[in-house]
Amino acid sequence: MIYFFVFLLFAIGLYGVCCKRNIVKMIVGFTLLDYSVFLFLIMIGYRKDGQAPILDRKSLLDVFVKQSVDPLPQALVLTAIVIGLAVTALMVALAVRIYERYGTFDITNIKKLKG
Amino acid sequence: MEIKLLPFFVILPMLGAFVILLLNALIKNEARYTITDILSNVIVFILFVLSLSVWNKTGFYIVGGWRPPIGISLILDRFSGFLLIIVNLVAAASALYSVSYMSRYTARRYYYALFLLMIAGMNGVLLTGDMFNLFVFMEIATISSYALVAFGTEAEELEASFKYMVMGNLAGAFILFGLGLIYSRYGLLHIAQLSSLIVERDPLVKFAFFLFLAGFSVKAAIIPFHAWLPDAHPSAPAPISAMLSGVLIKALGVYVLVRIFFVLFPEPLVRTLFLHLAGISLLAGVLLALGQMDMKRLFAYHSISQVGYIMLGFGLGTPLGVTGAVYHLLNHSLFKSLLFLNSGAVYYRTGTRDLEKLGGLNQVMPFTGASTLIGSFSIAGLPPFNGFFSKFIIILACWQSGHPWFTLIAVLGSVLTLASFLKVEKFAFFGPLRQEWKDVKEVPVFMISSMVFLALLCIATSLLFLPGLREKILLPAAEAALNAEAYRSILP
Repeated sequence: MIYFFVFLLFAIGLYGVCCKRNIVKMIVGFTLLDYSVFLFLIMIGYRKDGQAPILDRKSLLDVFVKQSVDPLPQALVLTAIVIGLAVTALMVALAVRIYERYGTFDITNIKKLKG
Repeated sequence: MEIKLLPFFVILPMLGAFVILLLNALIKNEARYTITDILSNVIVFILFVLSLSVWNKTGFYIVGGWRPPIGISLILDRFSGFLLIIVNLVAAASALYSVSYMSRYTARRYYYALFLLMIAGMNGVLLTGDMFNLFVFMEIATISSYALVAFGTEAEELEASFKYMVMGNLAGAFILFGLGLIYSRYGLLHIAQLSSLIVERDPLVKFAFFLFLAGFSVKAAIIPFHAWLPDAHPSAPAPISAMLSGVLIKALGVYVLVRIFFVLFPEPLVRTLFLHLAGISLLAGVLLALGQMDMKRLFAYHSISQVGYIMLGFGLGTPLGVTGAVYHLLNHSLFKSLLFLNSGAVYYRTGTRDLEKLGGLNQVMPFTGASTLIGSFSIAGLPPFNGFFSKFIIILACWQSGHPWFTLIAVLGSVLTLASFLKVEKFAFFGPLRQEWKDVKEVPVFMISSMVFLALLCIATSLLFLPGLREKILLPAAEAALNAEAYRSILP
């Protein structure tokens, strides 16, 4: 069920990127797209009533393996969020510069390149 | 065999990028420009020497002492070693060229920092043995290339960079999604270990397969996914165009496509897909190039068509075809980066890239004219130059493996390439010299030496066709690309 919503979020993001004409809305679409993928990665490691993946001396190994959530997707998502942050920051900076040059956010008016 | 040297291909340029920014923050007078130039050139040159020293070796490095599947490992085989040399060679030539070319731009420190980060990303992609690590290095290289495409901050450059970013980010999201799917099924991200587990009939894996194909084809600019390339490559400063067209689309696109699909999904469908995509890019790229009047845009369309040749060779999957593809990979990065540097030289002196406004430049810029002629003949595939031999091998391999249509497309593409480069030569370099270009001088010595170096290499690499050298240099790389079993056995 939750995977369905992840796909829905992915589709909304894709719609925002492909069909919106305003650059700012496209950037919001990208954020949604990224977040749906992050959510999907987190869902892979999720386990109902799981415990934090920290092994201490008191816990038994086989119980730990059964109960703890998978830590690797969390590490992956942290890295991916940082990358997403860099890309979003660069996109917003570009959008500001484009607005300075063209005076518009509408991509149908930003077309000096062709051929 | 463990090679202690491998992490330095990533560490050294990354460290260099930060040291350059730090030094520029500390030193306030004019000397900082010279220091920046020298430092970045030295780093890139050291990288080139290091890449030569690991040539034809196989080995691994385990980062932090954690063996896979827990930790990340770097894996070097003969195919990635071959590409490592190409990347660092073109980087060395571009860095030397930048010394003069970038003197007209402001904020040179950011330029060199981004340039070094891009090299770090590409070297990382070539060396890593872990899927997620590959994604991270790929993003490092692409994010710095987004910024470098927009470096001039003119209206066209910003537009091109935004377009590139939209396509590149979509590709990145697809690849990350595919990674998630693979991880959710197998709980592993190490390429070599995954390859022995993956079952092709699994629908989840099929889905990931197509996500990867779409994502990495955007990076390689294969034709339904090519729209960003003809805008982004001409907009960047000339040495960056040379890096993007010469090595970035190969390191991030072609290498990863070949590595992932030949190792992880070794099914016949992959080769059929490669063949057809390659055929379309080859022909459509060159047809689109014919009509261009902007010099760099014309070269950019040719990159699409030449990557088509390379993918055609890999798609055939026969030893001869893959040898041709590896050979053409080397040749294309040499002559395409040379041509972009030439167009930069023309732009540096005349301030235009429009072929209709140029003319007769051979009389005032002899070195640029001569090296462009060598580059044009190489890409068009005229006999004594390297492009002829690699295209010849690919065409021969097409014929031998029973694909007459693809043979025809490859020959036709070569003829049309010749036509469009005759156009470049006729409009820009031959004919009467125009009045307004009478006072044009030859470009500074750093730019000349970098162009002459690449032009000489274009002639020298045609010797690789000789049987003795071919078996020593090209065949090991081609065999390593084909043989997934050997790749798996590198890390014991």
